[in-house]
Parts: sequence; C-alpha cells; structure tokens
Amino acid sequence: MAASHLQCKECKTSYELEALYVCDRCFGPLEVVYDHDGLAHDVAELRRRIQGGPQNIWRYADFLPLAGGPPGPSGRLASRVGLPAGCTPLIRADRLAKRLGLREVWVKNDAANPTHSFKDRVVSVATTRARELGYETIACASTGNLANSVAAHGAALGLESYVFIPADLEEQKVLATGIYGTRLVGVRGSYDDVNRLCTELCAEREWAFVNINLRPYYAEGSKTLAFEIAEQLGWELPDRCVVPVASGSLFTKIARGFEEWTELGLLSGGQPRMNGAQAEGCSPVASAFAEGHDVCRPVRPDTIAKSLAIGNPADGPYALELARTSGGAVDAVSDEEIRAGIALLAQTTGIFTETAGGVTTAVLAKLAERGDIDPDERVVLVITGEGLKTLDAVRGTFETHTIEPTLESFEHGVRQQILL
Amino acid sequence: MSVLVKIPAQLRAAAGGESQAEVEGGTVQEVLDGLFDRFDELRTRLADDDGSLRRFVNVYVAGEDIRFLDGLQTPVDDGSEVTILPAVAGG
Ligand SMILES: Cc1ncc(COP(=O)(O)O)c(C=O)c1O
Ligand SMILES: [Zn+2]
Repeated sequence: MAASHLQCKECKTSYELEALYVCDRCFGPLEVVYDHDGLAHDVAELRRRIQGGPQNIWRYADFLPLAGGPPGPSGRLASRVGLPAGCTPLIRADRLAKRLGLREVWVKNDAANPTHSFKDRVVSVATTRARELGYETIACASTGNLANSVAAHGAALGLESYVFIPADLEEQKVLATGIYGTRLVGVRGSYDDVNRLCTELCAEREWAFVNINLRPYYAEGSKTLAFEIAEQLGWELPDRCVVPVASGSLFTKIARGFEEWTELGLLSGGQPRMNGAQAEGCSPVASAFAEGHDVCRPVRPDTIAKSLAIGNPADGPYALELARTSGGAVDAVSDEEIRAGIALLAQTTGIFTETAGGVTTAVLAKLAERGDIDPDERVVLVITGEGLKTLDAVRGTFETHTIEPTLESFEHGVRQQILL
Repeated sequence: MSVLVKIPAQLRAAAGGESQAEVEGGTVQEVLDGLFDRFDELRTRLADDDGSLRRFVNVYVAGEDIRFLDGLQTPVDDGSEVTILPAVAGG
C-alpha cells in the first residue's frame, strides 16, 4: 500500500500501521504517512488512473491507508462491497451566490451519501482498515451522524457494532441508528462524556472504535472530499472552502487532501483559504481563533447543532493553525442564524441540510456580509449532513394552508404566495 | 489524602505495567508530582519542560475535565479518582 507508517504529529516518532492513535512518547495524535514514489510521475496518467476508478471513494485508493487496495470486485460502474461512499454532487449555486453578492459559489452536497452525511467516507476507510487488522467488532462515540454510519457499515459488512451516543440526541438520529441492529448505548451526559467513557472502554475491549483507536485511518477518509471537489472542478483548486468544525478533523483533512495532490502535481496553484464554521453555543475553536490562542479551552455545548457539539476538540490546535496559515478564519453563528442558514440554502439551491449545514451556510453569509470574500473568488460550501435528521430545527418556520377540497376554499384559504 | 490515578493504556509500560496507582496529594498538581516521583518516565511524556501538561493530555477528577475546574490547582478529596486520557477525534 502507499501508506508507509504512522507518525506522531508532534514529535515525529514512527509507528507501524496498526490500531494505534496516540504517541507513547508525548501523547500527540498519530497520522498516516505515505510513500508515493510508486505512483506514476506522469500527471496525465495518474489522472486517467483515478478517472478509470469506481464511482465512489475507492477511486482514491492510492491515497488511502488500505493494504489490500479498494475492497470488492473492480469495475468502473460496479458498486463495490459494503456501503460505497462518495462521488456526491458538486452544484454551482448561482442563486445562493447572487443572494450573497458573490460570483461563484459551489455546494458540495455530502448529504448524498449512503447514510446521509460525510461520515460514510471516514467510516468506510476506518472499517475497511479494521477488517484488514482482523477486528470483528466496530464501535464509536458519536454526536449522531457517525452513529448512523457505523451501525449501517456494521450491518452491510456483517460486523458486530456498538454505538455510544449522548442520551438526548435528536430522535431522527437515534431511529436511523437503531434500525440497523447495532447495540445502541445512550449515555447520560454530553458528547465529551461519551468520548471519555469510550476512550477508557477502548483500552478494555478488542474493538475497533473508528474514531479512537482507528482514528488515523478514519481521518484519512475526509481527504476524499478534497479530491472530489478538485476533480469535479476540472482538476482545479477552489479559492476558499467553508467547512463545519466539531473536532476539527474534517476541516484539517480537507486541506491536507488539496496539499497532497498539489505535492503530487495533480493540482497547481495556491492552497485555498480555509474557513471553519461553528455554532456560538459550542465554539471553542472560533473563540480561540478570535482571541489569538493556539489551543482551545473546552466548553459545555448548548446549541441546536448537536452534530457539531464537541466541547473539547481534539484537532483544535491544528484547525487554528490551518485557519491562520491559509488566510481563512473560524467563525461562529447563533441558533437563529443556523435556522436562517438552513432556509437560505433550501430556498436558493433545493438542498435541505441539517443544523451543521445551517452553521456552514450561515458562516458563508457572514463572511460575504463582512466583505471578507473577494467577488472574484471561487468558493466551495461543504454541506455535510441531511435536513431530515434534524427536523426540530425547521418546525414552525413556515405555514401550511389547510383547506377543504373545494375551489372556493382554495381561493379564500390560501394567500397569494410572494415569490422570493 | 490518597487518590486513585487511572493510567491510560499508552502509558502503562512507563508505569511498571500498572493500570492505576494510589498517590498522595491535595491537588491535581500534587497528585501528578507524586505520580512522576514514582514513575519518572511519565513526567516527560505528559508534561512540557516548563512543567505544564502537554496540549493533548486530558485530566479528569471524578469524570470532570480539570479545565472546567481549577486546572492543576483543582483540589482532590480522599478516595477520589484522577483519570488521564488522550484527546480523541470527533463524531
Ligand atoms: C454533519 C457533520 N458535519 C461536520 C462534522 C464535523 O466533523 P469533525 O469532528 O471532523 O470536525 C460532524 C461531526 O461530528 C457532522 O456530524
Ligand atoms: Zn509524539
């Protein structure tokens, strides 16, 4: 495989490609390192190789940490085994752009994944690696979307699964997890409590916790979002990406994906400005950014954006560094702005996103309003989850006209629609 | 004051293979100093040269992150549990 070893992001100590996630020496996080010498040096050939791959994330297998290569039978159009993720639409959103006074906005709609969030990318990679390492049980600590994805991947691949969530999660996310036949555990406490419990449990069980002991592999899955965006833009980099931030893994790995392909010559030009998006009710990274700190002070989350409610973000320091060095920022928006963001995206693009997407859209609107975005920029808005999973956020925001089945009732009962 | 410190799997080799240790101390700082006195190798792994905890180290007293309490000055009661854990990715 192209991956050669794991390496501590802090002290650079090397480790084997096992289920390890923390450096023994300094407690820093481990990351996958690649040796791409075996890849074609001819960029055109490398592009053809990618384009000839399947219509899912396994087309990027050369850049993922899997020993056995992409799982399942080959074939460009064949669905491979399990729940193939990725190859989600990138939509040119001219109506949204116009509303915000921008010229070129693209929406990467990652709700169009098997379990309706970007988490299928990271879980596919972590689960496939877990099987290679001989695990028979997968598990996770989740704010909801990861729960859906781990439960579904367990079912698809015939692996046992344990899913730990805060007990007060949205009903839609609970239902869309339990149905897959997982062992669902609701923990009385916040996500950070769930996380602490699972980190302790991880040392006691022979399970692959996708976001704990498999974290280095899990995190790599998010790079495929960058690869797809670049490929869909015709092998070009965007000028700016707006991305939701919970632990900061997705945010930092999207940037890493662009960098990796630039280093390989697949892309050229300056790296995009990276804008992180958080909810005010859980904004440890945005606060640290605003205050000029390089570490995050943990917070107790209180926001409707439960999927982003991580008060103690593990990749916080790296997210801050990325926002600063790329010329981006990390901003936070209120619950009110999140609801408005969901409506804005729905009414200008036809895409109904969950609260996390409301956060991201609202941050884009804030950046546009603040004049941070040059009108000539090509901006990508990364929408990571599905509106049907957080219905409470939109309840009561519009009126249904209830009438009798008669023309008269319609004429009297329905006020003229004012088109936006 | 005797406190039970839970040692994470990654550090057990540096702590004589122990998964927990009884340590004396009235604050988290004193407890950690007591732990480092016993297992010198743990000091360099968990703390920077200036003695502050490394940025990916989370410490909990009775399940509560000490950054919500008084940090290293957080008082610990007799018999309470101090847990040391690495930071984890999100979900
Ligand atoms: C819909 C959605 N978007 C974004 C994120 C953020 O992911 P990360 O923890 O990698 O920052 C999550 C994760 O919890 C999520 O569920
Ligand atoms: Zn290290």
